[in-house]
Amino acid sequence: MNAIAVQGLKKSYLQGKETISALKGIDFSVHQNELFGLIGPDGAGKTSIFRILTSLLLADEGEASVFGLDVVKDFRALRKIIGYMPGKFSLYQDLTIQENLEFFATIFETTIDQNYDMIRDIYVMLEPFKNRRAGKLSGGMKQKLALCCALIHKPKILFLDEPTTGVDAVSRKEFWATLKTIQQLGISILVSTPYMDEAILCDRVALIQNGEILGLNTPEGIIDSFDRPLYEVFTNDKFSTLQQLRKLDITDKIYPFGESLHWITNNNIEEKLISELQKRKISIRFIRAGIEDVFIHKMSIKEHEAELH
Amino acid sequence: MKMLRFLLEKEFHQIRRNPAILRMMFIMPIIQLIVLPFAANYEVKDVKLVIVDNDHSSLSRESIQTITASGYFQLVKMASSYNEALGWIESDEADLILEFPNKAEEMLIREDQISIYLAVNAINGMKANIGASYLQQILSKINANVREQWITLPRYLPEPIIEVKKSFWYNRFMDYKLFMVPGILTLLLTMIGSFLASLNIVREKEIGTIEQINVTPIPKGIFIAGKLIPFWLMSQIVLGLGLLVARVIYGIESWPVLAWIYLFNSIYMLAILGLGLFISTITANQQQAVLVSFFFMMVFILMSGLYTSIDAMPYWARLVTMFNPVSYYVELMRMLIIKRSGLHDILPFLWIMILFAIFTLSIAVLNYKKRV
Repeated sequence: MNAIAVQGLKKSYLQGKETISALKGIDFSVHQNELFGLIGPDGAGKTSIFRILTSLLLADEGEASVFGLDVVKDFRALRKIIGYMPGKFSLYQDLTIQENLEFFATIFETTIDQNYDMIRDIYVMLEPFKNRRAGKLSGGMKQKLALCCALIHKPKILFLDEPTTGVDAVSRKEFWATLKTIQQLGISILVSTPYMDEAILCDRVALIQNGEILGLNTPEGIIDSFDRPLYEVFTNDKFSTLQQLRKLDITDKIYPFGESLHWITNNNIEEKLISELQKRKISIRFIRAGIEDVFIHKMSIKEHEAELH
Repeated sequence: MKMLRFLLEKEFHQIRRNPAILRMMFIMPIIQLIVLPFAANYEVKDVKLVIVDNDHSSLSRESIQTITASGYFQLVKMASSYNEALGWIESDEADLILEFPNKAEEMLIREDQISIYLAVNAINGMKANIGASYLQQILSKINANVREQWITLPRYLPEPIIEVKKSFWYNRFMDYKLFMVPGILTLLLTMIGSFLASLNIVREKEIGTIEQINVTPIPKGIFIAGKLIPFWLMSQIVLGLGLLVARVIYGIESWPVLAWIYLFNSIYMLAILGLGLFISTITANQQQAVLVSFFFMMVFILMSGLYTSIDAMPYWARLVTMFNPVSYYVELMRMLIIKRSGLHDILPFLWIMILFAIFTLSIAVLNYKKRV
């Protein structure tokens, strides 16, 4: 049995007179005890998937089940085995850390002591502030508290909707380390993130764009599926270089990437061109693609297809 | 049960930590109860009067003296002509003009009748109406005096006279405060119930906590009970405080009927909290909830019979008031406090309110969905 099985999920929202389809037929499954990532930009449909899987939203079409429990028919049983952490911090800001935890423990008919081993690693960091109101905590603390509250009833699976959005780099790293330890407790995790660098920390990822899955594989598998040469371009004048290289026939796509430019070409570049570029003080080197490169490439193919239609 | 206890504990924690709500719940109603009854005053005093006396006779002088001595009128000006007097009304410095015609006394003696002209500034309808009727009453008294003094009556009256005498029951001195204070108290309770209940749940929607609650296995009924019980309890406290204010400040005694008031309030608050809950299910944020609540409250208040008599409304409006829970409460409070009715008299009110409570609570619960 898979932890999550989703088939042909469709959902559209009515916005004024227009219907906007947020999910255009999503299929994926998550194995038990897997850390599965939904990677995609804002508005890709990640939150809709989360809300359907946590039984908060009804899909228009398709089927979804969590540990064999149908999200529509068996929602009562489902709610007992899932832990959900919405993207927006949504605990009671006017209750203290302790009160929030106790409250969520009670409505899941359990106690903090009973499942203390689940949350111990995170809770020890919160304990010194346990009488502080949740609204007065820092972003990282809030996130830890939310994770504790989602874990307090020992769920079989955790749904984390963009848990690291708006969190600083150090806390993000810490958070992913925590996720790994939670995974070791035998809990399956579905996590969404707009950050590509977090994708490689997942066991498997699905790239989502405009309500469609563009690719689903292990992070390595996704990177290996990229079959084009990719060069990193260093130059003093990024803008004019970008424009010059874009005109070349050999160029498939070129875009700024941090300090450099990433240049996807149709064939390997000949030595002649490299030395030509070096004369203009443009140095290039062949690199292995990252997830973000794959994603950008897949997106551009999709867009290209859409234009043809 | 343990779950409900924790929900209640959580609500009370939150209410306690929100001083604005506490203030609103307890201090505001008491202040309003102290201030509003004086503002909702139906006694009309100091009607500003301009008199045009073209007669200057003993009749007109005596009349003017009687009128000004009555205490209801404030003579602002003796005008020399009607046009001048009208100027005073136009500048809103006078409410009434009384004009004695030329040679009024002479006419009265010779022809047995005169006409006195009365002009009323009707912009403030109530003041005009009441002022004019006061003045008419005084004039008819003067008329009776004149008849007594000037006409020698025969030994027996040629025609029988039917005299109308009034006696006011239940509220012998027509004390408007006895009439208004219980009514205003009901309004305050209604507002607390519907506003606070709807805002409380909508706030959870806004902050997003409802999402977190909805994914838990907590049953809908317990969640809703956890929301309603705190406000229900607090409304009982506010009712007690309100009745205390009524006793201390206005001397309105409610002790003998206290049990009935509380019995009715218990059911009434269920109906109102149900309405508040319903409002929270159809709105997405606090702004919407306030606007919708406000709409209901406006209709409820204006059609409650508190400020205007329901019996004087047209038939269709009376039908509408039958669906207004506030109108029952206002009437019941007056029955209990002014008339000292017993359980037998209020029984129909209780049944109706039970129906209201069942109705609002069920639409609210049915409409509250843990998923969309």
